[in-house]
Amino acid sequence: MKILGIESSSLVASIALVDEEKVIAEYTINFQQTHSQILLPMIQEIFFRMGITIQDIDAIAVSSGPGSFTGLRIGSATAKGLGMALNKPLIPVPTLEAMAYGLYQVKSLICPLMDAKRQQVYTGLYEFSPEFKVVESGAAMALTEVISHINAKNREVIFLGDGTDVSLGLLQKELTVPYTLAPVYANRQRAAVLASLSLLYYKEKKLLSAKDYIPEYFRASSAERLKE
Amino acid sequence: MSTLTEKEGLLILAIETSCDETSAAIVKNGRTVLSNIIHSQIALHETYGGVVPEIASRSHIEKINEVIEKALAQAQVSLHEIDIIAVTYGPGLVGALLVGVSQAKAIAYALDKPLIPIHHIEGHIAANFLEHKQLRPPFLSLVVSGGHTHLIAVKDYGKFEILGQTRDDAAGEAFDKIARAIGFGYPGGPKIENEAKKGNPYAIPFPKAKVENAPYDFSFSGLKSAVLNYLHKAKQRGENVNLSDLAASFQQAVIDALIEKTALVIEKYSYSTLVLAGGVAANRSLVFQLRKWCEEHRIKFFAPSLVYCTDNAAMIAAAAYDEYRQGNRSNYTLNAVPNLKIGERKYEQW
Repeated sequence: MKILGIESSSLVASIALVDEEKVIAEYTINFQQTHSQILLPMIQEIFFRMGITIQDIDAIAVSSGPGSFTGLRIGSATAKGLGMALNKPLIPVPTLEAMAYGLYQVKSLICPLMDAKRQQVYTGLYEFSPEFKVVESGAAMALTEVISHINAKNREVIFLGDGTDVSLGLLQKELTVPYTLAPVYANRQRAAVLASLSLLYYKEKKLLSAKDYIPEYFRASSAERLKE
Repeated sequence: MSTLTEKEGLLILAIETSCDETSAAIVKNGRTVLSNIIHSQIALHETYGGVVPEIASRSHIEKINEVIEKALAQAQVSLHEIDIIAVTYGPGLVGALLVGVSQAKAIAYALDKPLIPIHHIEGHIAANFLEHKQLRPPFLSLVVSGGHTHLIAVKDYGKFEILGQTRDDAAGEAFDKIARAIGFGYPGGPKIENEAKKGNPYAIPFPKAKVENAPYDFSFSGLKSAVLNYLHKAKQRGENVNLSDLAASFQQAVIDALIEKTALVIEKYSYSTLVLAGGVAANRSLVFQLRKWCEEHRIKFFAPSLVYCTDNAAMIAAAAYDEYRQGNRSNYTLNAVPNLKIGERKYEQW
């Protein structure tokens, strides 16, 4: 079984092709470039190099949010277009879960931090005990709130994500538990991780049709927020 | 035999998501509309008094697959029978455009079919080819919409030259702003037009704008200010404004300006055909008066019927057919271009 993974929730554009045994191909670019321009050429390149056609995949895993609204929609519209044209199911994978899953069997709490702007981060808490578990599900919140959640757990924590850089000062100051930062190869979104987590979801039949899938933003539009 | 005949011709799937309509169409040979599904978001934006870009983008991605599937079902065509994928890539709201562009690229790649990017306004002009089979370039096109007021020389299929344009507000934009000021809400065009039917178009003499050294250019901001001033003064004096007369007089001032500049260009360049296009072409008063003027001056006049005035994907397919025949085809780096100019081709060729 082959799954195509699409990740475009942040500055990282990442595409992967995985089966149950291995990552067949992964193409990740973390550089200021427009996802809409590079995402499909990246997919095209992978299939060209592999010498197989995209018809050979069984499902499409897509980073379902939170993240950049536009980034999510570029990946989601791509997945919905491919799913419809190929008649293959989509596997929506929550972005924060996919990030945490990359730190496989780490003993401490795993805390992905995505820069959500407006003085907030998208975050959640995850662990391997030993199965992958959601301790606190994803949400948009202020960093101080994140810190008090973690301090209350009284456990060592490991951080990853593009929200880490902007948070480091406050984390150093306010955290009362030991913490580490993920190494560079595992500190951002990667489609290979997303796609391998999606293999579990696929077995649990957590699938949607291309028509029914929509991303989860974790935030209303600013016009709706102002109205409230 | 009959099935063979039915299969003849190029089948185009076109996608349009540039503003607040999610649309998909199946069109044969760029002229015969097999389906044209339009999902309007007006209800979502009404409470905000205008289109909210983020809400529009979210709605597009929710509806896009459903709209495409409906278009295929109504045309009784499967996705695999489609020969060409066309999509609006500008101008418009970038987030909204990106939904259609990303989707179209994915479908084109998965099916290994040509991807044809289309300029939204060129699509509006091409809408006329759907209904007026005898229409062929060259002709003059008056494009009037929420974002555009242009006099465009259509020299050939896909060959355009802008002869005149608005210096400030587009005509449709002026309609929306006046509608908001008198509490009609969004979208302003149809609401003003309805109110105007009950009023006297010559009741209030609003000023006619002139643009210095640019005889073919439009300006509507002066007219808009005059209407707002009129309302303001009446309010200060505690007078009641006859809204029907106001709407009718404002609408007439816009129509007069459009006809005046169009007439100048027709005379200067000796055009024999005028083609109206864009969302404001839905204004029946404008169509009626332009047609009358053209008849009086022996000019052939074409305007789209109502369904092809609003944003729709069938018109994108019409334009794509001619682009394809000219050998244009994008590779997969295609991006949305929110400020795309008429006649511009901002993508890498296949």
